[in-house]
Amino acid sequence: MTLSVTNLSCRRGEAVVLRGVRLSVARGAALVLRGPNGAGKTTLLRTLAGLTPPVSGDVAPERCAYAGHADGLKAQLTVGEALRFWAAIFGGADVGPAVRAFDLEPLLDRRAAELSAGQKRRAGLARLVLTGRPVWLLDEPTVSLDTDNVTRFAAAIRAHLAGGGSAIIATHVDLGLTDATTLDVGQFAAGTATMQDDPFAEAVE
Amino acid sequence: MIALILRDLRLAIRAGGGFGQGLAFLLILATLIPLAVGPRADLLAPVAPGVLWLGALLASLLSLDRVFALDLEDGSLDLLATSPVPAEGVALAKAAAHWLTTGLPLTLAAPALGPLLSLPASALPWLALSLLLGTPALSFIGTFGAGLTVGLKRGSLLLSLLVLPLYIPTLVFGAELARRGATGLPLLTPLALSGGITLGCIAVLPFATAAVLRVNLR
Amino acid sequence: MTARRSIWDLANPRRFMGWSGAALPWAWTLATLLSATGLTWGLFFTPEDFRMGHSVKIIYVHVPSAFLAINAWMMMLVASLIWLVRRHHVSALAARAAAPVGLVMTAVALATGAIWGKPMWGTYWAFDPRLTSFLILFLFYLGYVALWQAIENPDAAADLTSILCLVGSVFALLSRYAAQFWSQGLHQGASLSLDAQENISDVFWFPLVLTMAGFVALFVALVLLRTRTHIRRRRLHSLSLKARLA
Repeated sequence: MTLSVTNLSCRRGEAVVLRGVRLSVARGAALVLRGPNGAGKTTLLRTLAGLTPPVSGDVAPERCAYAGHADGLKAQLTVGEALRFWAAIFGGADVGPAVRAFDLEPLLDRRAAELSAGQKRRAGLARLVLTGRPVWLLDEPTVSLDTDNVTRFAAAIRAHLAGGGSAIIATHVDLGLTDATTLDVGQFAAGTATMQDDPFAEAVE
Repeated sequence: MIALILRDLRLAIRAGGGFGQGLAFLLILATLIPLAVGPRADLLAPVAPGVLWLGALLASLLSLDRVFALDLEDGSLDLLATSPVPAEGVALAKAAAHWLTTGLPLTLAAPALGPLLSLPASALPWLALSLLLGTPALSFIGTFGAGLTVGLKRGSLLLSLLVLPLYIPTLVFGAELARRGATGLPLLTPLALSGGITLGCIAVLPFATAAVLRVNLR
Repeated sequence: MTARRSIWDLANPRRFMGWSGAALPWAWTLATLLSATGLTWGLFFTPEDFRMGHSVKIIYVHVPSAFLAINAWMMMLVASLIWLVRRHHVSALAARAAAPVGLVMTAVALATGAIWGKPMWGTYWAFDPRLTSFLILFLFYLGYVALWQAIENPDAAADLTSILCLVGSVFALLSRYAAQFWSQGLHQGASLSLDAQENISDVFWFPLVLTMAGFVALFVALVLLRTRTHIRRRRLHSLSLKARLA
């Protein structure tokens, strides 16, 4: 089992939005998070990534690589520089496999400012390979990608899964991942707030 | 961490903001002060170390709101926070990069501006020494302030309000060191205190900065 | 009601609302009685100082407000530490509640000092170490209050302001030392201290102690009242948040 959490509660700002989350992904498997906007998909991913401390439950952020809405690219740096920077930050992996996986060879010397939205997205996601972490946490990874790029992206995910990795993906697009499990985040929606959410619930009637 | 410092330096060079603007600001200030005060050397020389110190302080303040804000905007800060580099390391690297792009150039340029303010040549090395000792503290304090205000819209005015009072001890001892150097008074006390404050800031403030960053990212 | 197990139970929001509500009228009464007695005694029934004349009487406002200006910050520091270590929400809100009171006390100390300074030293303001320290303290209060107001999420605001208070305390202390180093002062030494030979005489001292006790009671009353208000605001805020989510 690559990643498994039970009884996880997550907060967004002051409000606990998810309660009793249980999920697991095995090696080579993908988990697709579904749910309407505001259901807490982003919150769940940020909690799993260790950015937002969970209200309860344990997470394993050191095994997760997180890619949010923004790509983490600097307009003034070339794609090659950006990838080498992130490789150095994550322990100095070779950028070669990441470049090949997302077909970035022709873009290496281009500055991020000159890239199209889809190219930027690819460069941003290539960083996931560099982290060398098994579980990819992807928040709407196909936003601003056209059909070709979605296909290419899905292929990169499949390659990652085939290599023994796993992925948790919040997406509305069908990525054609054959053995992906779907998880409806809505079922974990936190009901009425308890004492833990509001420290002053009992103080004022 | 080294990679982060190098990246920030590269960004400062490419974006043009880092080195150039702070120096230009100090030059403008050194030009405007005599225009405002009058050209008499006997008026300018005594205030010159203080004015240059104040200029360095404000120039350092000017670039603070970019320390973390740009990285937050483009998602880099999230990625850094999930990386194996501890937040304390990120804070240290950011402050070091800020000093290399503002404090160090200001230290090197300020003596060149001394003559504009009728500062005698004998005072210039002391001015440079005081800035060399003091400006790292400005960068580390400023990085802490930038971390405090990183999530806020319109945070830059608040940033000055928070950071400037924290700058006071550094300013007092730094400017005093430069002034005593210029007039040949004994200067061991301000020298030791300037250095002490800077070392203390480098040792302790990255932890405080990391703590506020974690709060602001969650 | 169970027996009190530890002093921390007082920081339980429910218990706090209980005992602070009961204590408030007493604090107000004490503040009014002590301040009124001290001020009346000090202002109308003490002789004029042989050196300072009539103007000496401003100490009955100046000294207590200066005393509280510093001790309000101390209280905020302790409350911030309690919040950071033990996560008592009331503690964070008490620090928040004390800040504007400390800010006003600092302003009063500065203003009365300036009014007193004119007849005594012939100037409203001089960069004397003590005056400068208070001005700097005023700036620290301003920053602290502004940071509380700027952050929307109350827990994040409590964390950030607490850390600012901690860091700020160190720098405020350094600034005080810096100000001492930087200028030699006009200001006389402390008017009240336990070991000094040169205390002011008893005639002035008794009413002064009364007004100081009165100001402390006033501070306690204001902080309790403001903390209760902040607790109610937090509660209102989370109720409206819940209504929005539902």
